[in-house]
Amino acid sequence: MAITHPSIKSTDGKHASVTTFPKDGPPPITVKNLTMAYGTFVLMKDINFTVNHGDIFIIMGGSGSGKSTLLRHMLGLIEPAKGEVWYGDFNFTKGEPEQREEMLRHFGVLYQGGALWSSMTLAENVGLPLGEFTDLSQGEIREVAALKLALVGLMGFEGYYPSQISGGMQKRAGLARAIALDPEILFFDEPSAGLDPISSRLLDDLILELRDNLGATVVVVTHELASIFAIGNNSVFLDAESKTMIAHGDPKDLLAHCTDHRVQTFLTRGGEDNKTEKSARQHG
Amino acid sequence: MQAQKQPQANNELSFARADKSLVVRLAGDWHLRHGLPSQDLVEKQLDAAPKPTRLTFDAADLCDWDSGLLTFLLGVSELCHKRNLPADWGPLPEGVRSLIQLAEAVPEKTGARAEVSHTSFIEELGREAISYAQGLDDFLRFLGEVAISFAKLAVGKARFRRVDLMIVIQDCGANAFGIVTLVTFLVGVILAFEGAVQLQQFGASIFVADLVGIAMSRDMGAMMAAIIMAGRTGAAFAAQLGSMKVTQEIDALTTMGISPLEFLVLPRVLALFLMIPLLCVYSDCLGVAGGAFVSATMLHIPLATYIRETRHAVTLTDIFGGIFKAAVYGIIIAVAGCMRGFQCGNSSSAVGDAATEAVVTGVVYVIVACGIFAFIFNIIGI
Repeated sequence: MAITHPSIKSTDGKHASVTTFPKDGPPPITVKNLTMAYGTFVLMKDINFTVNHGDIFIIMGGSGSGKSTLLRHMLGLIEPAKGEVWYGDFNFTKGEPEQREEMLRHFGVLYQGGALWSSMTLAENVGLPLGEFTDLSQGEIREVAALKLALVGLMGFEGYYPSQISGGMQKRAGLARAIALDPEILFFDEPSAGLDPISSRLLDDLILELRDNLGATVVVVTHELASIFAIGNNSVFLDAESKTMIAHGDPKDLLAHCTDHRVQTFLTRGGEDNKTEKSARQHG
Repeated sequence: MQAQKQPQANNELSFARADKSLVVRLAGDWHLRHGLPSQDLVEKQLDAAPKPTRLTFDAADLCDWDSGLLTFLLGVSELCHKRNLPADWGPLPEGVRSLIQLAEAVPEKTGARAEVSHTSFIEELGREAISYAQGLDDFLRFLGEVAISFAKLAVGKARFRRVDLMIVIQDCGANAFGIVTLVTFLVGVILAFEGAVQLQQFGASIFVADLVGIAMSRDMGAMMAAIIMAGRTGAAFAAQLGSMKVTQEIDALTTMGISPLEFLVLPRVLALFLMIPLLCVYSDCLGVAGGAFVSATMLHIPLATYIRETRHAVTLTDIFGGIFKAAVYGIIIAVAGCMRGFQCGNSSSAVGDAATEAVVTGVVYVIVACGIFAFIFNIIGI
């Protein structure tokens, strides 16, 4: 896959370095002693993990365990009650607003519903970051936007508004926007939510493709077991009851070796001895 | 759910004692539409001497049932749990047992049930007062952030799409002409009519032109334009930004390193700041036209005379004072609308609340500002 690499401008208008997270440097993401809280209500505490170069890192756990909230903390949309998030050797939590803004330009985020700007066409959605942070001309921006949309299977939809396309297409367009600046870290919030199994699998393939070809590190919030095992090579498991992470590692290893029954119950969909499994067996 | 016998008219509940057990007899149809028997009947039986050591059921005459029976049985189960009384669910139909088991599978989470709090009137009043003070604090803080964005705009560092600015200018300028025309013309008519009734008694009908001209140019033109725009555009700003918050579009801007304040708020504030003064001048003219209409039809004052009197009464200071006030009102309305949009919760009803709050905040602060202007203008002799 041919990928264009538009050089990104820093806040002072100069061009930022091409790679912020060199392979021989510190891990691209480190979360240290993170506590997430809403006022006095502690949602999660003592979250510690490292995401390595090229990882597809899964944040998993049951509904309401704080997966998306952890992602929002990592993106700086919510300030942690305690602890820090580091990107390479940059302390993102304690960083100056301008430095944080500059760091954010190396990220791509796909939100649950796509979060496309409804007043703009798909091409304008993808082109906005290119226009804001590169020196590309309007014509070049249109070309790059068309390429990014083509990469997610939306060639020809450049002039459509988000309200004119389906939910799955909106999600793919959101992905095209997320990869507009060839980010070094990609965040996905529930990418499979609301998609049919085939679209979901195609999206998983696309994530793998982007990781392999862009060299990006990927963080995915999901509880879709099929996706977890298909794409994840590292993960953290959040448990709502104990309000902390109870497992960390490759999901396949966790399935094979983790002895914690909560993790096993989750990864085996409630275990073999459940009604759905029985019903499936009965119906052949 | 499950037909077992010939349906009967209604549910029947009776009790019997067997050894030390309380037998609850269920008969007939147990449907929600028939209503449910009170749990008090069971409670009385459980507490009556001699107290039973076990509870069991007799469902031999039970016919059709639905969630009504399950609701009743769940209440019975809770009564048994409270008394540590073992219950034998065996005699009930399998479907009933299975669903009761399902309902009780996950125990109630401690602290999950919302507590009903009773607050006194004084406490409620205090809370409301603190909330209003907090609202003013939020407004001033947001205004400060907008001021910083304007400073960035002045040095050419603010990021927003010029096309967005043009769209908002069109929306709160040209597209608002219709409603502004109607309302301000009628305000002029009303002012003139009320003035005419009084002034006619003293033979001073011509001063209707002075009354309408001065009132419109000093205050009413700016005020009416502001109130129309608060209801029309301020609410729209809050609804647009609130919806964007619900759909995470604002988060998408933030995580892209684009300031939502610059990208979304700046064009809106700038547009209203530029457009309301123009609408104010337009309102002044329409108000005077309304006054002229009443004067011509009711007082038979010639149009030329009316205009000459208006020109004599209204000074440039009045007009520019009104325009200045309108510009300030424009900033207040835009900031109130955008702030409420940014404060919007994550639900569709919250978007409606944000729009309502935007109008209330905008109108209240415009009227407060009007009072402050009246006081200051009086001191400096304008």
